[in-house]
Amino acid sequence: MASVAETNPPAANAGGPSWTRWLVVVVPYVWLLLFFVAPFLIILKISLSDTAIAMPPYLPTFDGFGEIGDSLSQLDFENYIFLTDDPLYIMSYLSSLRIAAISTLLLLLIGYPMALAMARAPSSIRPTLVMLVILPFWTSFLIRVYAWIGILKPDGLLTLLLQTIGLMGPDQQVQIFRTDTAVFIGIVYSYLPFMVLPLYAALEKMDNTLLEAASDLGCPPWKAFWKITFPLSLPGVIAGSMICFIPITGEFVIPDLLGGADTLMIGKTLWTEFFGNRDWPLASAVAVILLIMLVVPIAIFQNQQKKVV
Amino acid sequence: MKSSRFDVTVLTLGFAFLYIPIIILIVYSFNASRLVTVWGGFSLHWYTAMWSNQGLMDAAWVTARVGVLSATLGTILGTLAALSLTRFTRFPGRMLFSGMIYAPLVMPEVITGLSMLLLFVALNVDRGFWTVTIAHTTFTMCYVAIVVQSRLLTFDRSLEEAALDLGCPPVKTFFKITLPLIFPAVIAGWMLAFTLSLDDLVIASFNTGPGATTLPIKIYSQVRLGVTPEINAICTILIALVTVGVICASLSTKRAEVKRIRDEHLAVRGAT
Repeated sequence: MASVAETNPPAANAGGPSWTRWLVVVVPYVWLLLFFVAPFLIILKISLSDTAIAMPPYLPTFDGFGEIGDSLSQLDFENYIFLTDDPLYIMSYLSSLRIAAISTLLLLLIGYPMALAMARAPSSIRPTLVMLVILPFWTSFLIRVYAWIGILKPDGLLTLLLQTIGLMGPDQQVQIFRTDTAVFIGIVYSYLPFMVLPLYAALEKMDNTLLEAASDLGCPPWKAFWKITFPLSLPGVIAGSMICFIPITGEFVIPDLLGGADTLMIGKTLWTEFFGNRDWPLASAVAVILLIMLVVPIAIFQNQQKKVV
Repeated sequence: MKSSRFDVTVLTLGFAFLYIPIIILIVYSFNASRLVTVWGGFSLHWYTAMWSNQGLMDAAWVTARVGVLSATLGTILGTLAALSLTRFTRFPGRMLFSGMIYAPLVMPEVITGLSMLLLFVALNVDRGFWTVTIAHTTFTMCYVAIVVQSRLLTFDRSLEEAALDLGCPPVKTFFKITLPLIFPAVIAGWMLAFTLSLDDLVIASFNTGPGATTLPIKIYSQVRLGVTPEINAICTILIALVTVGVICASLSTKRAEVKRIRDEHLAVRGAT
């Protein structure tokens, strides 16, 4: 395979007439530029605009590229100054980062033993185990969060279970629903497949002879784990952590449905700013700052993906 | 390596955690009682109630159309993107291109949703069916690109090269050789794109308009009002559809794989 690639550089034999080759690249490229990159430039611009009671609720509107110079003079950092003045926003950002960090750690603690057990399982049942991890991911996110409401509500199934086995009196109720604990449960539940799969991919590739050599030389299993298994699985740990940490920071559905009024998360704040207060410029500023916070984790993730490919 | 008792325990607990809430949800969709904690006997009441709920049915129809359309568009664009990434190692802006493929995978949905909406407003496009479809196409194509790319990286290029050497035009080579070989990945990509579209609440909420309420938006607004078994019923149907789809897809991939191996054996025997 490698020798084929050396004698035939991929670009030489893959396209044919230059226009077809050109089309293969240009169509998805232009689509992504228009619908993924351009929106970010617009969000940046609107975050610097003033709010207006109109449809759309912001000023100035976009009048074509010729007038960019004119409209630039009307832009200001008012929304960003407002964000730094109101402790609600700073608290939301910090609380999102805290919840995302704790959740990622919990996911690692639960996901790692699962991935390790899967990688050590007989190779005949491994595809089935992978399938079992993927299947919940195919069922709706919203449905899985919804399922937990019925379990965690004060008059829900967890209360019923604890009362039935006698751990709780008939007049007591579980007070988890609408707290941060419920948010952690929801996040860990929803993101577990995203953590287990990259970890499993890293652990499954591992050369077991290394561990056998270590045990032959008298290394105890726990020490072999820390000296060999864990360091070798580090790319999976980083990939899994980033795949979970980044979207959790901006998570909206879980804190909204399972969290309480005091559960501050920036995704929820942005949603309220946009749908509740109809302050589009402020919502844009919230999004821009969230994006800036996530630049470093996203860069780590991209770098990791490039190495895998 | 042998599985220890520890491994078995970990997997049992892990899978119990993943599946028990879903099983409970399904069981309670057949509950005659409205209360979650009271089992009132087996009943299909909530399925008939769901069936006669016009708003829910309209939303399901919109979701199905958005899903099929955006998954198909996303699969075409994603496959092209995967071809560009694996076959063209050098073109201007390749770094930006691969960045644009990977970033949407982890981008918080609130950011993607809001920024797309602002684009549509800036372009003066009325929000509705098409804006949701375009938004879904954009983020699903990146997932398709990743799935198809991983297949393209592992497959044997010599067949393609043989066809080209024998004078087959590149476009024909793609449709006759490359596409059939990567087809399982393309189908897997389409299914992933379809379920992602079916599942999405946040991006759809930002980009929807009058007459384009999707099922997740409808479910979300009902869930906020409280848990009702009607929602359990519709969730159960969705879970059943997705499970059947995934199982069919994996069986057909497996059968194609078996057939391919058998064909290769026959070819080898024929050659010797």
